[in-house]
Amino acid sequence: MIQTQNLTKKFNNFLAVDQVSLEVKSGEVLALLGPNGAGKTTTLRMLTSVLRPTSGSARVAGYDVVTQSAQVRASVGILTEQHGLYGRMTALEYLDFFGQIYRMESPTRRKRTDELLEQFGLWGDRKRRIGEYSKGMRQKLALARALYHNPPVLLMDEPTSAMDPESARLVRDAIHGLRTANRGIIICTHNLAEAEELADKIAIIHRGRIIISGAVEELKTHLLGAPQFEVRLGASLEQVDISLPDPATLTGQGEDWIRYQTTNPVQVNPLVVEYLVSKALPVIRLAEVPRSLEKAYLQAMSETGNTEPNVDMPELPLSSGKTQHVG
Amino acid sequence: MLDEIRPALIITRREIRDQLRDWRIILPIAMLTLIFPFLANFTTRRILDFVQKYGASLLAERFIPFLLMIVGFFPISISLVIALESFAGETERRSIEPLLSSPLTDGQLYLGKLIACIFIPLFASYLGMSVYLFGIYNNTGWRADPMFLLLIILLTAVQALVMVCGAVVISTQTTSVRAANLLASFIIIPVALLIQVESVMMLYADYRVLWWAVLALVILAVLLIRMGITHLNREELLGHEIDTLNLRWMWQVFRQQLVGNALSPWDWYSREIPRTLRKMVVPIGWMALLLAATIILGVAEVKQLGLTAGMFGLDRLKIVDEQILSQFRQIGFFSTGNVLSIWWHNLRAVTIATVLGSLTLGVAGVLILLLPLGIIGFFTGAASLTGLSPLLVLVAFTMPHGLLEIPAIILSGAAILRVGASFVSPNQGVSIGEGLVISIADWVKITLALVIPLFLGAAILEVFVSPLLLVRLLGGG
Repeated sequence: MIQTQNLTKKFNNFLAVDQVSLEVKSGEVLALLGPNGAGKTTTLRMLTSVLRPTSGSARVAGYDVVTQSAQVRASVGILTEQHGLYGRMTALEYLDFFGQIYRMESPTRRKRTDELLEQFGLWGDRKRRIGEYSKGMRQKLALARALYHNPPVLLMDEPTSAMDPESARLVRDAIHGLRTANRGIIICTHNLAEAEELADKIAIIHRGRIIISGAVEELKTHLLGAPQFEVRLGASLEQVDISLPDPATLTGQGEDWIRYQTTNPVQVNPLVVEYLVSKALPVIRLAEVPRSLEKAYLQAMSETGNTEPNVDMPELPLSSGKTQHVG
Repeated sequence: MLDEIRPALIITRREIRDQLRDWRIILPIAMLTLIFPFLANFTTRRILDFVQKYGASLLAERFIPFLLMIVGFFPISISLVIALESFAGETERRSIEPLLSSPLTDGQLYLGKLIACIFIPLFASYLGMSVYLFGIYNNTGWRADPMFLLLIILLTAVQALVMVCGAVVISTQTTSVRAANLLASFIIIPVALLIQVESVMMLYADYRVLWWAVLALVILAVLLIRMGITHLNREELLGHEIDTLNLRWMWQVFRQQLVGNALSPWDWYSREIPRTLRKMVVPIGWMALLLAATIILGVAEVKQLGLTAGMFGLDRLKIVDEQILSQFRQIGFFSTGNVLSIWWHNLRAVTIATVLGSLTLGVAGVLILLLPLGIIGFFTGAASLTGLSPLLVLVAFTMPHGLLEIPAIILSGAAILRVGASFVSPNQGVSIGEGLVISIADWVKITLALVIPLFLGAAILEVFVSPLLLVRLLGGG
């Protein structure tokens, strides 16, 4: 649904996006993570044919962003970071205005407007001026606008920023609902928990470059190493010398618990349990130690921390100066 | 066609609805539409009463149409404010991005906003004029001549169009309303001057000049519309985050364009200068054509004005002899000091032409350079009335220094035209700023490498050789 190949954007001497290659298939959600000024918004603008790439290519919904810009823009719904609504219009007028621009017929527009206002809980305020809306309401209306023409590609820049937890949940549920077999979604966000919840794939962008990308779990494994497991025991370990069976590696232990790491839990975990029982140590609980995306993200960012802008990063074990695709 | 315009009208409708909900726009328009015409009516009645006491009825007759023009102009001045806000305001509020990400084309977006900026002020202007005319008719029985009425209607419309087109160009190039307002003087000052000239013409009742003004404004509006559509660039609108003057980047672009890939001065002359000249073939051609046309126009104007041989005392040209050389010597010819003086004068003229040209899309700059040629043409035409061959007079007064000076004028004019063209029709993939810097660098390049040496050579020839040729050609006549 979305494919980019070495997409690059330069503003005078400033390299904003540097050889970004991405792929989002139908039904997939990609979260584009990165600090402010990393090139996320510029990438989205190139994917909506608003900015012209300096080099490289991109296809969105099957259309080339340079040569078929009108078709690309008709196929994309975009939620911009600053929603930019018209304060003197009502929600009804606003959505209808964009419906007209997307050349939708009047009955379809009416139906769609009602549907979306209901879905986002704005029906009761449909005749109020947008200028009187709260930040969260505006964000929801901007999202309704992005979805209005039912686009096959959705690009969202900070979809839940400025929202209260309840509204953010509503929007996240809506995004879950938008994941269909014939739609590709890219979300730019600073909210890593949200990215983890919504995205199938993650791409971390830093100084215009994708430094690492892949499925969420694969990314964590790559950045944080093999998953860790913790076993709570029914007896004290004080008099016991623990030597776990290969290939489990002991990473920590306490009075009544141990932690170990393995790349093959299906095979190794039963062996560990068997070993502990054989040592007369009853197992109360075995669980994977949770590893947040935030930790993985910070790990990835810390490894780029000392690099100069837009230079190859040979010292980076993950990327060797190029995008690292995991999985 | 209608299918293409329809999306533009969606934008127009939204913008007009927005304007109608903004009291800061509606209130002044309402006041200028309804209160000002009554005030103008009252003023007219008082003036009529006053001037008729002294029998100056002519002045009274001229005053009514003059105030009609003013009544019409005031509401359209609001269009400038609306237009300045159109793109810059949306960029500032970030509401432009959803529009730019929609399937609307640049032309549709431009057209939609252009119509929206003009519609209400122009409607208010015509309404105000109707109120004024109705009041005047009621009080004095004065009725406008239909042709005059058509003239005022068109003049008001094209003035609004020119202001709006200019303001939209400014608005697309700035990221804030404040910056757009600061740049608005580029429109306000010329329009204020235009209104003053029109006012004088109104009082002279020289409506023929006003028809020419309508034509000139239509041409200017077409140029500005072209400029507006060219500069309505999604990239420019979103690419600029702040209006900063990046001197370092400008210097890099300028230097690169000026020096190119030259490794030595000789390399620069032999490779870079021909390369720049090749880029300037079209403006050089235009400038040469304009120059020839100006000389012909100068000659033709003598016939048009019905001049006679005795009017300028040009009969004296027939008695040019050796004695005239001593007169030339007395006024500074045959001296090195005069060479520098002529050279400096020409360089100053070219610099002024460039500065004015860069502010007027190249037009004023080229006119300044053409003016002396027009005078020479006129002089040649006038001299021919004495029975001399026009070609002989032209050669006698312009050669041999003209062999160097005319190419220098053509090159300089072409470089100025390119500076002007960088606003109206920038190169693909180059921002306005970059295009402007490149064209200025080309101007500097051509001036340094060719214009300055050519003018110096021309000044030497003019001081030491041209008087001798003049005497040789016209002497003993």
